[in-house]
Amino acid sequence: MLMISPRMASGMQEKQYTPSLLSFFVYNPSFGSREGEEEKKILFYHPSEVEKNEKIRNVGLCEAIVQFTRTFCPTKPAKSLHTQKNRQFFFEAEDSFWIVMVVRNPMVEKPNKDGRPPTIEYQEEEILDTVYGAVLRECYSMYKLFNGTFGRAMEAGGVELLMQKLDKFFYRYLQTLHLQSCDLLDVFGGIAFFPLDKMTYLKIQSFVNRVEESLSLIKYTAFLYNDQLIWSGLEQDDMRILYKYLTTSLFPRHSEPELAGRDSPLRPEVAGNLLHYGRFLTGPANLKDPEAKFRFPRIFVNTEDSYEELHLIVYKAMSAAVCFMISASVELTREFCEQLDGLVGPQLTLLASDICEQYNVNRRISGPDKEPQFKFIYFNHMNLAEKSTIHMRKTASVSLTSVHPDLMKILGDINCDFARVDEDEEIIVKAMTDYWVVGKKSDQRELYVILNQKNANLIEVNEEVKRLCATQFNNIFFLD
Amino acid sequence: MSEEHYLELCENPVQFENASSVNNVFFDEANKQVFAVRSGGATGVVVKGPDDKNSVAFRMDDKGEVKCIKFSIGNKILAVQRTPKSVDFISFIPDYPHLECSQECKMKNANILGFCWTNWNEIVFITDQGIEFYQVLPDKRSLKLLKSQSVNVNWYMYCPETAVILLSTTAQGNVLQPFAFKSGTMSKMPKFEIELPVVPKPAKLNLTERDIAVATIYGQLYVMYLKHHSRTTDSPCAEVVLYQLPREGSCKKTNVLKLNTTGKFALNVVDNLVVVHHQSSQTSIIFDIKLREPDCALNVHQPVLPGRSIHPYRIPLTGPAAVPTQPPVPCELYSSSWSVFQPDIIISASEGYLWYLQVKLPLTVNLLQDKGKLMDFLLRRRDCKMVILSVCAQMLNGGDKGGLPVVATVFDKLNQVYKEYLEAEQTYTVATESGPSRGSAARERPVRTQAVIDQSDMYTHVLSSFSEKKDTCHKFIIAVLMEYIRSLNQVQITVQHYLYELVIKMLVQHNLFYMLHQFLQYHVLSDSKPLVNQQLLHTAQLFHESTYPPAHQLSLDMLKRLSTANDEIVEVLLSRQQVLGALRFIRSVGGHDNISARKFLDAARQTTDQMLFYTIFRFFEQRNLRLRGSSSFNPGEHCEEHVVYFKQVFGEQALMKQVTV
Repeated sequence: MLMISPRMASGMQEKQYTPSLLSFFVYNPSFGSREGEEEKKILFYHPSEVEKNEKIRNVGLCEAIVQFTRTFCPTKPAKSLHTQKNRQFFFEAEDSFWIVMVVRNPMVEKPNKDGRPPTIEYQEEEILDTVYGAVLRECYSMYKLFNGTFGRAMEAGGVELLMQKLDKFFYRYLQTLHLQSCDLLDVFGGIAFFPLDKMTYLKIQSFVNRVEESLSLIKYTAFLYNDQLIWSGLEQDDMRILYKYLTTSLFPRHSEPELAGRDSPLRPEVAGNLLHYGRFLTGPANLKDPEAKFRFPRIFVNTEDSYEELHLIVYKAMSAAVCFMISASVELTREFCEQLDGLVGPQLTLLASDICEQYNVNRRISGPDKEPQFKFIYFNHMNLAEKSTIHMRKTASVSLTSVHPDLMKILGDINCDFARVDEDEEIIVKAMTDYWVVGKKSDQRELYVILNQKNANLIEVNEEVKRLCATQFNNIFFLD
Repeated sequence: MSEEHYLELCENPVQFENASSVNNVFFDEANKQVFAVRSGGATGVVVKGPDDKNSVAFRMDDKGEVKCIKFSIGNKILAVQRTPKSVDFISFIPDYPHLECSQECKMKNANILGFCWTNWNEIVFITDQGIEFYQVLPDKRSLKLLKSQSVNVNWYMYCPETAVILLSTTAQGNVLQPFAFKSGTMSKMPKFEIELPVVPKPAKLNLTERDIAVATIYGQLYVMYLKHHSRTTDSPCAEVVLYQLPREGSCKKTNVLKLNTTGKFALNVVDNLVVVHHQSSQTSIIFDIKLREPDCALNVHQPVLPGRSIHPYRIPLTGPAAVPTQPPVPCELYSSSWSVFQPDIIISASEGYLWYLQVKLPLTVNLLQDKGKLMDFLLRRRDCKMVILSVCAQMLNGGDKGGLPVVATVFDKLNQVYKEYLEAEQTYTVATESGPSRGSAARERPVRTQAVIDQSDMYTHVLSSFSEKKDTCHKFIIAVLMEYIRSLNQVQITVQHYLYELVIKMLVQHNLFYMLHQFLQYHVLSDSKPLVNQQLLHTAQLFHESTYPPAHQLSLDMLKRLSTANDEIVEVLLSRQQVLGALRFIRSVGGHDNISARKFLDAARQTTDQMLFYTIFRFFEQRNLRLRGSSSFNPGEHCEEHVVYFKQVFGEQALMKQVTV
């Protein structure tokens, strides 16, 4: 089923359609190289109800394009195909395993008089390769996080197992893709870090070390507050995707009961535990429940080298959430969970209120921070740190931005320009709507600023951005 | 069971001729001298003090049995009591005639119980009817009465350290009247009553000097009362009750030490610890009145450590009779012939030894399992530094039970003491800098006791060797280092760069770059130049940047935050061939007039980017023009080869035209 969400444009009768997912498939050309066996290449196809021959045709076309473009540059075959109606993205996730995503271009439907069918105008230049290319790669990363690599599935249970896994995962995952609200932040796939003073940070370190020492089963720990990362024992790339899962899927699912009142039926049983506010977000909802199952989601990390399969325990007290990762070869028992709850619960509750207090103190010191006039997005490739004053709230379902999509598009374009060269550079754009958009790249960092100053000239805009750098980023080294 | 004899008798006791029918032995607590008086002094008096300086030998006429004999402070005047009514004086002042005189007590029918020197020429007679305070005038061969006070006295006790005399008064003897003496003045302090377990009827002397001791503990004067058990009260065991005697104000009962047994006891004070010897079990226990028991009512103390006997002591056989191969004879400990004096003296008159009692701290550490309590205990001891450091090392290396929480507790305790010292030092510095104008400014420089264990101590004796241990999990090592840094931060002590270096070294060794990165991101490893340099060194030498590219950005950020490291920033950028970036940076901070043209031209040449070289060259030509009115380089700048190269590549005409004045 296609999800088309019409949006009313300025014109009374015009109807605007946002980009949407047409199809999504995974194939491996080496699986059906003989004539007549083409269907074997297809490992997953969405929508599944598409007729078999059409599937084969579409896969064959992609295969051909990739193969053809390879002749020009063997190492970098085509990444996307632009057509009037849609855009196709190709991604070789693993050796010979290709994932293809077809996105329908946004379009405007203009009604015609005299009962003639409306004219459809495709806006083929509106969507950015970088944004959707990143979305596609993220699909794979998310799959890999929970299922491991395609190759390992093949080793374990052949094509059948792989197809089973793909089907199970993508059937649900694709429903959560919201292509209309993808933007520059998807390109970055960054992590928001929680600003914290040194002492509180050290306390968290100490907490993590102590827990890891007394519960030696724990292999890695990650610590988040307010959906922002503070500490990760996982490597950066694994943390990036886990962070994405936590903040766009797991936490939003659990935030409602937390916001609900104490007596609300939404609130999980706090089985008489008044000593602390700790609870499991994964695994057993209630430890006291004799029927409770001690099963946790499994994740795969370090797939490049050590290839570890881990239990993912997410435990939360107030706004502090901790992920404990334990080797999947260990069976987790009720005793272990109770021990963890007893040890972590009280400490984490205390720590969470410490952090909250410290955070409020810092906010008071820095003054009543009115939202600066600047709208900006900052990203550091080195530590994946991202900060946006443009996005109000980003969850799986919606990404609310406070600026017009046209401006977001300009940001994306500047980002593409930056990606082309290695040098540090700065781009200043005057948008149609009187906004100024400034992009700045220094070493690994990128900063995008949107200024709403109609009559400002280039020099004033430049000064303004310098001022922003001095106030917001005085700690870091920006080359002018 | 290995016996940890944590108490010992000192190795070099004061030896004297043992007491016998012809040799009387006296001990003076004030000067810590032992007097061996042979035949009333006629055949010699030998005085042995704690060191040879205080040892004297002389003869005096035998004028009857000596009851008491003491030198004044500094061995100036000798006082000898032979009769109940009078005391004789002999002057020992060098180059002065051996003058003698005698003084009778003023009060009629009074008997002299004893006397105490409070100065080189001031003496107090204690009689059964009061006290008399005299000044000795050796040149006039007479004494001048300074002050006297009449009161019925059962017995007395003297604390030479504080020059306080305690008199036992009333029929039961339990009302104690202290007097304090100070250069010619005598002041009466408030009297106080010792609570007796049973009040005898009719009233009779019930409190004897055997059960009372006076000593200074933690700088305060205490009267210690050995309260024996009584069948009529609830407490079946003996206890020591401490009364604190402040200089001003009245005396109050402050501490109770539970002995948990009965029998004969003796008290010593060593290193501010109250040592209680128990004769029948031949063991001693120690109490620290600053150590609070969590499960006890306030100021009721249990022994810090389990009771142990004093370390066996062997008396070496000396003198002509001794054969060298003959083994030393074990000395009988807790002998009934021992006399115990405050604060830490044990005398065996029959064997002719005076020992100082000592606590062997290293042997206490295994008796106290609770590491936090052990630290509290050790931090208050005199020679504690090496013991504490060894406890820390042992705690980290032994794969110990307590783990990180215990490590954290120990660090916190050490750093609390460390911080208090730093603060005192700080206040002192401020006070002295602001000048002695203020009345209260005459403070003393804070004393750095051994308990102040600073970062370099920890580094040298504990952490550096610990971090090199191969058999210890690196995770634990890093956790411990971070715990120490956390503890320092908690009390706002600036962390020294070598600790950060240790952490960085560990992280780098184990390829934990992302961890290091996160620490830097939260400024946990605060910036300091050595740190950045180290960082750069690591980047350059160990991983050639490629293995962990962010190191470059990290170090630049740290340099930026330093704000005094512009030169270093330029160096980093140049090393990365970002010549234009370096130039723009130095211009933005206004340092471009002072930089070396040659350095930038060298760097530009290395990039083999000719346009870049052109740009840089042009920049410096313009600078030359602006600064000196000519675009050519000075010979001192050593840019000749670059000028040649420039001409070669771009032609002579490309050089900036010389401006003719």
